[in-house]
Amino acid sequence: MTPALEVKGLCRSFGALIVADHIDFQLERGARHALIGPNGAGKSTFVNLLAGRLRPDAGRILLDGQDITRLSAAHRVKRGIGRTFQTNTLFRHLAVLDNVALAIAERMGVSGQLFRAASAHQEVIEEARALLTMLNLMALEKTVVRDLPYGQQRLVEIAIALGLRPRVLILDEPAAGVPSHESYLIFDAISQMPADIAILFIEHDMDLVFRFARRITVLASGAILMEGTPKEVESDRKVREIYLGESRG
Amino acid sequence: MHPHISTFYLASVRVRAAELLPWIVALAAFFLFPDFLSLGARILIYILLVLSLDLVIGYAGIVTLGHAAFFGIGAYTAGILSAHFGIKDPLLQLAAAGTVACLVGFGTGLYVLRTSGLTLIMLTLAISALCLEVANKATSWTGGADGLSGVTIAPILGYFRFDLWGKTAYLYSLAVLFVVWWLVRTLLNSPFGASLAGIRDNRTRMEGIGALVNRRLVQVYSISAGIAGLAGALLTQTNQFVGLNALGFELSGEILVMLVLGGVGRLYGAFIGTAAYLIAQDQLAKKFPEDWYLGVGILLVGVTMFARGGLLGALDSLTARLRRALKL
Repeated sequence: MTPALEVKGLCRSFGALIVADHIDFQLERGARHALIGPNGAGKSTFVNLLAGRLRPDAGRILLDGQDITRLSAAHRVKRGIGRTFQTNTLFRHLAVLDNVALAIAERMGVSGQLFRAASAHQEVIEEARALLTMLNLMALEKTVVRDLPYGQQRLVEIAIALGLRPRVLILDEPAAGVPSHESYLIFDAISQMPADIAILFIEHDMDLVFRFARRITVLASGAILMEGTPKEVESDRKVREIYLGESRG
Repeated sequence: MHPHISTFYLASVRVRAAELLPWIVALAAFFLFPDFLSLGARILIYILLVLSLDLVIGYAGIVTLGHAAFFGIGAYTAGILSAHFGIKDPLLQLAAAGTVACLVGFGTGLYVLRTSGLTLIMLTLAISALCLEVANKATSWTGGADGLSGVTIAPILGYFRFDLWGKTAYLYSLAVLFVVWWLVRTLLNSPFGASLAGIRDNRTRMEGIGALVNRRLVQVYSISAGIAGLAGALLTQTNQFVGLNALGFELSGEILVMLVLGGVGRLYGAFIGTAAYLIAQDQLAKKFPEDWYLGVGILLVGVTMFARGGLLGALDSLTARLRRALKL
Protein backbone atom coordinates (compact mmCIF):
# COMPACT_ATOMS: atom_id res chain seq x y z
CA MET A 1 0.00 0.00 0.00
CA THR A 2 1.27 3.48 -0.81
CA PRO A 3 2.12 5.41 2.32
CA ALA A 4 -0.01 8.47 3.18
CA LEU A 5 3.00 10.71 2.82
CA GLU A 6 6.34 9.95 1.31
CA VAL A 7 9.46 12.10 1.14
CA LYS A 8 12.38 11.30 -1.14
CA GLY A 9 15.79 12.94 -0.93
CA LEU A 10 14.54 16.22 0.47
CA CYS A 11 17.21 18.92 0.72
CA ARG A 12 17.14 22.49 1.82
CA SER A 13 19.80 24.88 2.99
CA PHE A 14 19.92 28.49 4.09
CA GLY A 15 23.20 29.72 2.69
CA ALA A 16 25.90 27.44 4.04
CA LEU A 17 23.61 26.02 6.71
CA ILE A 18 22.11 22.69 5.70
CA VAL A 19 18.76 22.27 7.43
CA ALA A 20 17.43 19.32 5.47
CA ASP A 21 20.01 16.80 4.28
CA HIS A 22 18.66 14.17 1.88
CA ILE A 23 15.72 13.20 4.04
CA ASP A 24 13.86 10.01 3.10
CA PHE A 25 10.75 9.49 5.11
CA GLN A 26 7.46 7.63 5.02
CA LEU A 27 4.29 8.22 6.96
CA GLU A 28 1.99 5.18 6.88
CA ARG A 29 -1.78 5.44 6.73
CA GLY A 30 -3.26 5.94 10.16
CA ALA A 31 0.24 6.49 11.56
CA ARG A 32 1.00 7.92 14.99
CA HIS A 33 4.48 9.02 14.21
CA ALA A 34 6.66 11.29 16.32
CA LEU A 35 9.50 13.41 15.05
CA ILE A 36 12.03 14.24 17.71
CA GLY A 37 15.45 15.79 17.83
CA PRO A 38 17.42 18.42 19.70
CA ASN A 39 16.91 22.11 19.10
CA GLY A 40 18.15 23.12 15.69
CA ALA A 41 17.81 19.59 14.32
CA GLY A 42 15.63 20.89 11.49
CA LYS A 43 12.25 19.67 12.72
CA SER A 44 10.42 22.91 12.02
CA THR A 45 12.10 23.23 8.65
CA PHE A 46 10.94 19.73 7.81
CA VAL A 47 7.36 20.59 8.77
CA ASN A 48 7.47 23.78 6.74
CA LEU A 49 8.77 21.84 3.76
CA LEU A 50 5.94 19.32 4.10
CA ALA A 51 3.30 22.00 4.56
CA GLY A 52 4.56 24.07 1.66
CA ARG A 53 5.70 27.15 3.52
CA LEU A 54 9.26 26.43 2.37
CA ARG A 55 10.42 25.18 -1.02
CA PRO A 56 12.94 22.35 -1.09
CA ASP A 57 16.18 22.74 -3.05
CA ALA A 58 15.90 19.15 -4.14
CA GLY A 59 13.77 16.08 -3.50
CA ARG A 60 10.14 15.12 -3.83
CA ILE A 61 7.09 15.00 -1.59
CA LEU A 62 4.30 12.57 -2.43
CA LEU A 63 0.84 12.57 -0.92
CA ASP A 64 -0.92 9.25 -1.56
CA GLY A 65 1.61 8.66 -4.30
CA GLN A 66 0.95 11.99 -6.01
CA ASP A 67 3.71 14.56 -6.34
CA ILE A 68 2.84 17.72 -4.40
CA THR A 69 6.35 19.18 -4.26
CA ARG A 70 5.41 22.20 -6.34
CA LEU A 71 2.03 22.96 -4.77
CA SER A 72 1.51 26.01 -2.58
CA ALA A 73 0.64 25.70 1.10
CA ALA A 74 -3.03 26.41 0.40
CA HIS A 75 -3.25 23.82 -2.36
CA ARG A 76 -1.62 21.19 -0.16
CA VAL A 77 -4.31 21.81 2.43
CA LYS A 78 -6.91 21.23 -0.23
CA ARG A 79 -5.20 17.92 -1.08
CA GLY A 80 -5.41 16.82 2.55
CA ILE A 81 -2.43 18.02 4.56
CA GLY A 82 -3.54 19.80 7.72
CA ARG A 83 -1.23 21.29 10.28
CA THR A 84 -1.07 23.11 13.56
CA PHE A 85 1.54 25.73 14.28
CA GLN A 86 4.21 25.66 16.94
CA THR A 87 3.15 29.07 18.22
CA ASN A 88 -0.54 29.74 18.12
CA THR A 89 -1.53 30.96 14.70
CA LEU A 90 -5.18 31.73 15.21
CA PHE A 91 -7.81 34.28 14.32
CA ARG A 92 -7.34 36.04 17.61
CA HIS A 93 -10.08 38.60 17.18
CA LEU A 94 -12.73 36.11 16.18
CA ALA A 95 -14.89 33.82 18.26
CA VAL A 96 -13.85 30.20 18.83
CA LEU A 97 -16.63 28.89 16.62
CA ASP A 98 -15.67 31.22 13.78
CA ASN A 99 -12.07 30.01 13.93
CA VAL A 100 -13.23 26.49 13.25
CA ALA A 101 -16.05 27.46 10.90
CA LEU A 102 -13.64 29.33 8.63
CA ALA A 103 -11.66 26.13 8.14
CA ILE A 104 -14.76 24.02 7.56
CA ALA A 105 -16.24 26.55 5.13
CA GLU A 106 -12.96 26.57 3.24
CA ARG A 107 -12.96 22.78 2.98
CA MET A 108 -16.62 22.63 1.94
CA GLY A 109 -15.97 25.27 -0.68
CA VAL A 110 -18.64 27.66 0.60
CA SER A 111 -16.29 30.38 1.75
CA GLY A 112 -16.49 32.18 -1.58
CA GLN A 113 -20.25 32.60 -1.25
CA LEU A 114 -21.40 36.20 -1.20
CA PHE A 115 -25.15 36.23 -0.98
CA ARG A 116 -26.10 34.03 1.92
CA ALA A 117 -25.32 34.97 5.50
CA ALA A 118 -22.60 32.95 7.18
CA SER A 119 -25.03 32.28 10.03
CA ALA A 120 -27.43 30.64 7.57
CA HIS A 121 -24.86 27.97 6.68
CA GLN A 122 -26.12 25.43 9.20
CA GLU A 123 -24.01 22.60 7.75
CA VAL A 124 -20.85 24.53 8.63
CA ILE A 125 -22.04 25.54 12.08
CA GLU A 126 -23.19 22.05 13.01
CA GLU A 127 -19.90 20.47 12.05
CA ALA A 128 -17.99 23.16 13.93
CA ARG A 129 -20.10 22.53 17.02
CA ALA A 130 -19.52 18.79 16.81
CA LEU A 131 -15.78 19.40 16.80
CA LEU A 132 -15.97 21.87 19.66
CA THR A 133 -18.01 19.39 21.65
CA MET A 134 -15.42 16.69 21.06
CA LEU A 135 -12.69 19.01 22.31
CA ASN A 136 -14.71 20.31 25.25
CA LEU A 137 -14.79 23.82 23.86
CA MET A 138 -18.50 24.04 23.21
CA ALA A 139 -19.21 26.31 26.18
CA LEU A 140 -16.69 28.76 24.78
CA GLU A 141 -17.99 28.95 21.22
CA LYS A 142 -18.71 32.67 21.48
CA THR A 143 -15.53 33.59 23.33
CA VAL A 144 -13.00 35.60 21.38
CA VAL A 145 -9.83 33.54 21.02
CA ARG A 146 -7.44 36.07 22.50
CA ASP A 147 -9.45 35.94 25.75
CA LEU A 148 -8.83 32.20 26.14
CA PRO A 149 -6.10 30.72 28.35
CA TYR A 150 -3.15 29.42 26.36
CA GLY A 151 -3.99 25.76 26.76
CA GLN A 152 -7.41 26.22 25.26
CA GLN A 153 -5.97 28.28 22.45
CA ARG A 154 -3.84 25.23 21.64
CA LEU A 155 -7.04 23.20 21.44
CA VAL A 156 -8.53 25.71 19.01
CA GLU A 157 -5.39 25.25 16.93
CA ILE A 158 -6.14 21.52 16.84
CA ALA A 159 -9.85 22.09 16.18
CA ILE A 160 -9.05 24.21 13.13
CA ALA A 161 -6.78 21.48 11.75
CA LEU A 162 -9.43 18.81 12.32
CA GLY A 163 -12.01 21.02 10.61
CA LEU A 164 -10.01 20.49 7.44
CA ARG A 165 -10.59 16.70 7.69
CA PRO A 166 -6.99 16.09 6.72
CA ARG A 167 -5.65 12.72 5.61
CA VAL A 168 -2.29 13.75 7.00
CA LEU A 169 -2.15 15.88 10.11
CA ILE A 170 1.05 17.54 11.25
CA LEU A 171 1.08 18.67 14.87
CA ASP A 172 3.95 21.03 15.52
CA GLU A 173 4.62 20.82 19.26
CA PRO A 174 0.94 20.64 20.20
CA ALA A 175 1.63 20.98 23.92
CA ALA A 176 4.28 23.70 23.65
CA GLY A 177 3.74 26.46 26.16
CA VAL A 178 0.87 24.69 27.87
CA PRO A 179 1.21 24.54 31.65
CA SER A 180 1.63 20.92 32.77
CA HIS A 181 -1.67 20.87 34.68
CA GLU A 182 -3.46 21.67 31.41
CA SER A 183 -1.51 19.40 29.08
CA TYR A 184 -3.97 16.54 29.64
CA LEU A 185 -6.39 18.60 27.52
CA ILE A 186 -4.07 18.23 24.56
CA PHE A 187 -3.33 14.55 25.30
CA ASP A 188 -7.03 13.74 25.42
CA ALA A 189 -7.69 15.57 22.18
CA ILE A 190 -4.98 13.69 20.35
CA SER A 191 -6.11 10.33 21.67
CA GLN A 192 -9.61 11.00 20.35
CA MET A 193 -8.56 11.72 16.81
CA PRO A 194 -10.03 9.51 14.09
CA ALA A 195 -7.89 6.41 13.58
CA ASP A 196 -7.61 6.80 9.81
CA ILE A 197 -5.77 10.14 9.97
CA ALA A 198 -2.03 9.78 9.59
CA ILE A 199 -0.54 11.92 12.32
CA LEU A 200 2.99 13.25 12.43
CA PHE A 201 3.81 15.10 15.59
CA ILE A 202 6.82 16.99 16.71
CA GLU A 203 7.19 17.07 20.43
CA HIS A 204 9.67 17.84 23.15
CA ASP A 205 7.51 16.34 25.85
CA MET A 206 8.79 12.74 26.00
CA ASP A 207 5.77 11.56 28.00
CA LEU A 208 3.56 12.59 25.14
CA VAL A 209 5.88 11.01 22.60
CA PHE A 210 6.09 7.64 24.32
CA ARG A 211 2.41 7.64 25.12
CA PHE A 212 1.13 8.14 21.59
CA ALA A 213 3.84 7.34 19.10
CA ARG A 214 3.93 3.95 17.44
CA ARG A 215 6.96 5.00 15.45
CA ILE A 216 9.60 7.60 16.13
CA THR A 217 11.99 9.33 13.79
CA VAL A 218 15.00 11.06 15.28
CA LEU A 219 16.35 14.04 13.41
CA ALA A 220 19.77 15.61 14.04
CA SER A 221 21.56 18.27 12.01
CA GLY A 222 19.01 18.11 9.25
CA ALA A 223 19.41 14.36 8.67
CA ILE A 224 17.58 11.31 9.95
CA LEU A 225 19.59 9.71 12.73
CA MET A 226 17.35 6.69 13.15
CA GLU A 227 13.80 5.50 12.95
CA GLY A 228 12.04 2.80 14.89
CA THR A 229 9.53 1.83 17.50
CA PRO A 230 9.58 3.73 20.79
CA LYS A 231 11.38 0.82 22.41
CA GLU A 232 14.08 0.72 19.77
CA VAL A 233 14.59 4.46 19.97
CA GLU A 234 14.68 4.52 23.73
CA SER A 235 17.34 1.83 23.87
CA ASP A 236 19.48 3.25 21.08
CA ARG A 237 22.78 4.40 22.44
CA LYS A 238 23.37 7.12 19.84
CA VAL A 239 19.95 8.64 20.51
CA ARG A 240 20.49 8.54 24.23
CA GLU A 241 23.76 10.38 23.83
CA ILE A 242 22.55 12.99 21.42
CA TYR A 243 19.08 13.58 22.54
CA LEU A 244 17.49 11.80 25.43
CA GLY A 245 20.53 12.18 27.60
CA GLU A 246 20.50 15.90 27.12
CA SER A 247 16.84 16.53 27.64
CA ARG A 248 16.31 14.13 30.51
CA GLY A 249 19.60 14.55 32.18
CA MET B 1 -9.40 47.10 14.16
CA HIS B 2 -12.95 45.78 14.43
CA PRO B 3 -13.72 45.51 18.10
CA HIS B 4 -17.40 45.00 17.42
CA ILE B 5 -17.34 42.06 14.99
CA SER B 6 -16.11 38.86 16.58
CA THR B 7 -18.46 36.39 15.02
CA PHE B 8 -20.01 35.86 11.63
CA TYR B 9 -21.33 32.36 11.96
CA LEU B 10 -23.23 33.13 15.15
CA ALA B 11 -24.27 36.67 14.23
CA SER B 12 -27.80 37.78 13.62
CA VAL B 13 -28.13 39.50 10.27
CA ARG B 14 -31.45 41.13 11.03
CA VAL B 15 -31.47 44.87 10.34
CA ARG B 16 -31.19 46.80 13.60
CA ALA B 17 -33.27 49.93 14.14
CA ALA B 18 -30.17 52.15 14.09
CA GLU B 19 -29.35 50.91 10.61
CA LEU B 20 -32.53 52.52 9.29
CA LEU B 21 -31.43 55.90 10.57
CA PRO B 22 -29.35 56.97 7.54
CA TRP B 23 -32.28 56.24 5.23
CA ILE B 24 -34.78 58.08 7.40
CA VAL B 25 -32.43 61.07 7.59
CA ALA B 26 -31.86 60.98 3.84
CA LEU B 27 -35.59 60.90 3.08
CA ALA B 28 -36.33 63.60 5.66
CA ALA B 29 -33.60 65.80 4.17
CA PHE B 30 -35.28 65.51 0.80
CA PHE B 31 -38.39 67.22 2.16
CA LEU B 32 -36.76 69.54 4.71
CA PHE B 33 -33.92 70.99 2.62
CA PRO B 34 -35.18 71.33 -0.96
CA ASP B 35 -32.51 73.96 -1.64
CA PHE B 36 -29.68 71.61 -0.78
CA LEU B 37 -30.55 68.68 -2.98
CA SER B 38 -27.57 69.05 -5.28
CA LEU B 39 -25.24 69.03 -2.26
CA GLY B 40 -27.32 66.13 -0.97
CA ALA B 41 -26.86 64.15 -4.19
CA ARG B 42 -23.13 64.84 -4.06
CA ILE B 43 -23.03 63.54 -0.49
CA LEU B 44 -24.88 60.36 -1.48
CA ILE B 45 -22.54 59.75 -4.42
CA TYR B 46 -19.47 60.24 -2.27
CA ILE B 47 -20.90 57.94 0.39
CA LEU B 48 -21.09 55.28 -2.29
CA LEU B 49 -17.46 55.92 -3.23
CA VAL B 50 -16.25 55.96 0.38
CA LEU B 51 -18.23 52.77 1.06
CA SER B 52 -16.31 51.08 -1.75
CA LEU B 53 -13.07 52.33 -0.21
CA ASP B 54 -14.07 50.95 3.18
CA LEU B 55 -14.60 47.56 1.58
CA VAL B 56 -10.94 47.38 0.50
CA ILE B 57 -9.26 49.28 3.31
CA GLY B 58 -11.45 48.49 6.27
CA TYR B 59 -12.57 44.98 5.46
CA ALA B 60 -9.90 43.54 3.21
CA GLY B 61 -6.97 45.44 4.72
CA ILE B 62 -5.77 46.59 1.28
CA VAL B 63 -4.37 50.09 1.69
CA THR B 64 -4.81 52.07 -1.50
CA LEU B 65 -4.26 55.67 -2.47
CA GLY B 66 -5.53 55.30 -5.98
CA HIS B 67 -9.18 54.50 -5.57
CA ALA B 68 -10.30 57.63 -7.41
CA ALA B 69 -9.06 55.93 -10.59
CA PHE B 70 -12.08 53.62 -10.58
CA PHE B 71 -14.43 56.47 -9.78
CA GLY B 72 -12.98 58.41 -12.73
CA ILE B 73 -13.16 55.40 -15.03
CA GLY B 74 -16.85 55.02 -14.18
CA ALA B 75 -17.45 58.74 -14.65
CA TYR B 76 -15.75 58.80 -18.06
CA THR B 77 -17.42 55.58 -19.18
CA ALA B 78 -20.84 57.10 -18.58
CA GLY B 79 -19.81 60.42 -20.13
CA ILE B 80 -18.20 58.90 -23.22
CA LEU B 81 -21.17 56.59 -23.82
CA SER B 82 -23.44 59.60 -23.88
CA ALA B 83 -21.24 62.12 -25.70
CA HIS B 84 -19.69 59.79 -28.30
CA PHE B 85 -22.00 56.83 -28.67
CA GLY B 86 -25.39 58.40 -28.06
CA ILE B 87 -26.17 55.87 -25.32
CA LYS B 88 -28.10 58.12 -22.99
CA ASP B 89 -30.01 55.64 -20.87
CA PRO B 90 -28.79 56.20 -17.29
CA LEU B 91 -29.21 52.62 -16.09
CA LEU B 92 -27.37 51.25 -19.10
CA GLN B 93 -24.55 53.72 -18.47
CA LEU B 94 -24.51 52.77 -14.82
CA ALA B 95 -24.18 49.09 -15.65
CA ALA B 96 -21.45 49.78 -18.20
CA ALA B 97 -19.51 52.06 -15.82
CA GLY B 98 -19.65 49.49 -13.03
CA THR B 99 -18.55 46.71 -15.36
CA VAL B 100 -15.64 48.63 -16.89
CA ALA B 101 -14.37 49.80 -13.50
CA CYS B 102 -14.72 46.27 -12.14
CA LEU B 103 -12.72 44.82 -15.03
CA VAL B 104 -9.98 47.41 -14.63
CA GLY B 105 -9.95 46.64 -10.91
CA PHE B 106 -9.59 42.96 -11.71
CA GLY B 107 -6.81 43.50 -14.24
CA THR B 108 -4.77 45.82 -12.06
CA GLY B 109 -5.60 43.92 -8.88
CA LEU B 110 -4.06 40.74 -10.27
CA TYR B 111 -0.68 42.48 -10.33
CA VAL B 112 -0.94 45.09 -7.62
CA LEU B 113 -2.25 42.80 -4.88
CA ARG B 114 0.81 40.57 -5.03
CA THR B 115 2.49 43.34 -3.09
CA SER B 116 1.63 44.91 0.23
CA GLY B 117 2.49 47.87 2.41
CA LEU B 118 4.30 50.80 0.86
CA THR B 119 4.83 49.07 -2.47
CA LEU B 120 1.11 48.53 -2.79
CA ILE B 121 0.38 52.16 -1.96
CA MET B 122 2.91 53.34 -4.54
CA LEU B 123 1.50 51.02 -7.20
CA THR B 124 -2.08 52.16 -6.64
CA LEU B 125 -0.88 55.75 -6.82
CA ALA B 126 0.98 55.01 -10.04
CA ILE B 127 -2.03 53.38 -11.65
CA SER B 128 -4.26 56.31 -10.84
CA ALA B 129 -1.59 58.68 -12.18
CA LEU B 130 -1.57 56.69 -15.42
CA CYS B 131 -5.34 56.92 -15.69
CA LEU B 132 -5.19 60.65 -15.10
CA GLU B 133 -2.58 61.10 -17.81
CA VAL B 134 -4.52 59.00 -20.29
CA ALA B 135 -7.65 61.09 -19.64
CA ASN B 136 -5.59 64.25 -19.95
CA LYS B 137 -4.00 63.28 -23.26
CA ALA B 138 -6.91 61.54 -25.02
CA THR B 139 -8.62 64.88 -25.60
CA SER B 140 -10.76 63.74 -28.50
CA TRP B 141 -12.42 61.21 -26.19
CA THR B 142 -12.32 62.92 -22.83
CA GLY B 143 -12.04 66.64 -23.58
CA GLY B 144 -8.73 66.64 -21.70
CA ALA B 145 -8.24 69.41 -19.19
CA ASP B 146 -11.41 71.17 -20.36
CA GLY B 147 -13.49 68.22 -19.31
CA LEU B 148 -16.05 66.27 -21.26
CA SER B 149 -19.13 68.29 -22.09
CA GLY B 150 -22.07 67.49 -24.29
CA VAL B 151 -23.16 64.78 -21.88
CA THR B 152 -26.92 64.41 -21.97
CA ILE B 153 -28.85 61.86 -20.02
CA ALA B 154 -32.22 60.39 -20.93
CA PRO B 155 -34.96 60.18 -18.29
CA ILE B 156 -34.59 57.24 -15.89
CA LEU B 157 -36.70 54.30 -17.14
CA GLY B 158 -37.88 56.73 -19.81
CA TYR B 159 -39.93 58.60 -17.26
CA PHE B 160 -37.99 60.49 -14.53
CA ARG B 161 -36.19 63.48 -15.99
CA PHE B 162 -33.12 64.96 -14.31
CA ASP B 163 -34.49 68.32 -13.15
CA LEU B 164 -32.85 71.63 -12.37
CA TRP B 165 -33.40 71.32 -8.63
CA GLY B 166 -31.76 67.97 -8.35
CA LYS B 167 -34.82 66.11 -7.05
CA THR B 168 -34.43 63.22 -9.47
CA ALA B 169 -30.66 63.17 -9.03
CA TYR B 170 -31.07 62.97 -5.27
CA LEU B 171 -33.62 60.16 -5.22
CA TYR B 172 -31.84 58.27 -7.98
CA SER B 173 -28.52 58.42 -6.12
CA LEU B 174 -30.29 57.42 -2.93
CA ALA B 175 -31.85 54.41 -4.64
CA VAL B 176 -28.52 53.25 -6.08
CA LEU B 177 -26.79 53.76 -2.73
CA PHE B 178 -29.51 51.76 -1.00
CA VAL B 179 -29.18 48.80 -3.34
CA VAL B 180 -25.38 48.80 -3.10
CA TRP B 181 -25.49 49.18 0.69
CA TRP B 182 -27.70 46.13 0.88
CA LEU B 183 -25.38 44.13 -1.37
CA VAL B 184 -22.29 45.18 0.59
CA ARG B 185 -23.99 44.41 3.88
CA THR B 186 -24.98 40.98 2.60
CA LEU B 187 -21.48 40.33 1.33
CA LEU B 188 -19.90 41.32 4.63
CA ASN B 189 -22.12 38.91 6.55
CA SER B 190 -21.50 36.05 4.14
CA PRO B 191 -18.83 33.34 4.43
CA PHE B 192 -16.88 35.50 1.99
CA GLY B 193 -17.05 38.41 4.44
CA ALA B 194 -15.99 36.11 7.26
CA SER B 195 -13.00 34.96 5.23
CA LEU B 196 -11.99 38.59 4.66
CA ALA B 197 -11.99 39.05 8.42
CA GLY B 198 -9.84 35.93 8.62
CA ILE B 199 -7.35 37.30 6.11
CA ARG B 200 -7.12 40.57 8.00
CA ASP B 201 -6.70 38.80 11.30
CA ASN B 202 -4.13 36.20 10.27
CA ARG B 203 -3.12 35.71 6.68
CA THR B 204 -0.77 32.80 7.44
CA ARG B 205 -3.51 30.85 9.17
CA MET B 206 -5.88 31.62 6.30
CA GLU B 207 -3.40 30.04 3.88
CA GLY B 208 -2.99 27.25 6.42
CA ILE B 209 -6.66 26.33 6.04
CA GLY B 210 -6.39 26.22 2.28
CA ALA B 211 -7.77 29.64 1.40
CA LEU B 212 -6.51 31.13 -1.84
CA VAL B 213 -5.95 34.47 -0.18
CA ASN B 214 -4.76 36.36 -3.19
CA ARG B 215 -7.68 35.31 -5.33
CA ARG B 216 -10.07 36.48 -2.65
CA LEU B 217 -8.37 39.86 -2.37
CA VAL B 218 -8.58 40.33 -6.13
CA GLN B 219 -12.28 39.48 -5.93
CA VAL B 220 -13.07 42.07 -3.28
CA TYR B 221 -10.86 44.63 -5.00
CA SER B 222 -12.78 44.18 -8.26
CA ILE B 223 -16.12 44.42 -6.51
CA SER B 224 -15.01 47.59 -4.77
CA ALA B 225 -13.70 49.05 -8.03
CA GLY B 226 -17.07 48.32 -9.64
CA ILE B 227 -18.90 50.16 -6.88
CA ALA B 228 -16.55 53.13 -7.22
CA GLY B 229 -17.34 53.05 -10.95
CA LEU B 230 -21.07 53.21 -10.21
CA ALA B 231 -20.45 56.26 -8.04
CA GLY B 232 -18.48 57.87 -10.86
CA ALA B 233 -21.32 57.29 -13.31
CA LEU B 234 -23.77 58.87 -10.88
CA LEU B 235 -21.56 61.96 -10.68
CA THR B 236 -21.47 62.28 -14.47
CA GLN B 237 -25.20 61.82 -14.74
CA THR B 238 -26.12 64.34 -12.06
CA ASN B 239 -23.59 66.96 -13.29
CA GLN B 240 -23.90 66.16 -17.02
CA PHE B 241 -20.17 66.82 -17.13
CA VAL B 242 -16.91 65.00 -16.36
CA GLY B 243 -13.67 66.72 -15.39
CA LEU B 244 -10.17 65.46 -14.69
CA ASN B 245 -10.62 66.00 -10.96
CA ALA B 246 -12.80 62.86 -10.93
CA LEU B 247 -9.51 60.94 -11.34
CA GLY B 248 -7.09 62.99 -9.27
CA PHE B 249 -4.88 62.15 -6.31
CA GLU B 250 -6.66 64.80 -4.35
CA LEU B 251 -9.89 62.86 -4.53
CA SER B 252 -8.21 59.61 -3.46
CA GLY B 253 -6.80 61.40 -0.42
CA GLU B 254 -10.01 63.21 0.32
CA ILE B 255 -12.15 60.08 0.41
CA LEU B 256 -9.62 58.45 2.72
CA VAL B 257 -10.02 61.44 5.04
CA MET B 258 -13.81 61.03 4.93
CA LEU B 259 -13.50 57.34 5.77
CA VAL B 260 -11.11 57.94 8.67
CA LEU B 261 -13.35 60.71 9.92
CA GLY B 262 -16.38 58.42 9.99
CA GLY B 263 -14.62 55.26 11.15
CA VAL B 264 -12.79 52.60 9.11
CA GLY B 265 -14.31 49.14 8.78
CA ARG B 266 -17.65 50.07 10.25
CA LEU B 267 -19.86 50.13 7.16
CA TYR B 268 -21.69 53.24 8.44
CA GLY B 269 -18.45 55.18 8.88
CA ALA B 270 -18.70 55.98 5.18
CA PHE B 271 -22.13 57.51 5.72
CA ILE B 272 -21.36 59.68 8.70
CA GLY B 273 -17.80 60.63 7.71
CA THR B 274 -18.71 61.67 4.19
CA ALA B 275 -21.76 63.64 5.27
CA ALA B 276 -19.86 65.39 8.07
CA TYR B 277 -16.92 66.22 5.82
CA LEU B 278 -18.92 67.55 2.89
CA ILE B 279 -21.36 69.52 5.03
CA ALA B 280 -18.51 71.02 7.06
CA GLN B 281 -16.71 71.84 3.83
CA ASP B 282 -19.84 73.48 2.39
CA GLN B 283 -20.50 75.56 5.49
CA LEU B 284 -16.88 76.52 6.10
CA ALA B 285 -16.40 77.47 2.46
CA LYS B 286 -19.35 79.83 2.70
CA LYS B 287 -18.20 81.50 5.93
CA PHE B 288 -14.45 81.48 5.35
CA PRO B 289 -14.04 81.25 1.59
CA GLU B 290 -10.28 81.75 1.84
CA ASP B 291 -9.17 79.47 4.61
CA TRP B 292 -11.86 76.85 5.01
CA TYR B 293 -9.28 74.12 4.51
CA LEU B 294 -7.83 75.12 7.87
CA GLY B 295 -11.16 74.26 9.47
CA VAL B 296 -11.22 70.85 7.75
CA GLY B 297 -7.66 70.29 8.95
CA ILE B 298 -8.50 71.12 12.54
CA LEU B 299 -11.51 68.80 12.37
CA LEU B 300 -9.31 65.95 11.18
CA VAL B 301 -6.58 66.54 13.74
CA GLY B 302 -9.25 66.58 16.44
CA VAL B 303 -10.72 63.28 15.27
CA THR B 304 -7.40 61.46 15.00
CA MET B 305 -6.30 62.72 18.41
CA PHE B 306 -9.46 62.37 20.41
CA ALA B 307 -11.65 59.97 18.51
CA ARG B 308 -9.72 56.89 17.41
CA GLY B 309 -12.03 54.90 15.23
CA GLY B 310 -13.57 58.09 13.84
CA LEU B 311 -16.90 59.58 14.77
CA LEU B 312 -18.49 56.16 15.09
CA GLY B 313 -15.64 54.96 17.28
CA ALA B 314 -16.18 57.99 19.52
CA LEU B 315 -19.88 57.22 19.65
CA ASP B 316 -19.11 53.62 20.61
CA SER B 317 -16.84 54.56 23.50
CA LEU B 318 -19.30 57.24 24.64
CA THR B 319 -22.19 54.77 24.85
CA ALA B 320 -19.92 52.23 26.55
CA ARG B 321 -18.97 54.85 29.14
CA LEU B 322 -22.62 55.86 29.63
CA ARG B 323 -23.63 52.26 30.11
CA ARG B 324 -20.92 51.75 32.72
CA ALA B 325 -21.91 54.99 34.48
CA LEU B 326 -25.55 53.90 34.61
CA LYS B 327 -24.62 50.52 36.06
CA LEU B 328 -22.54 52.10 38.81
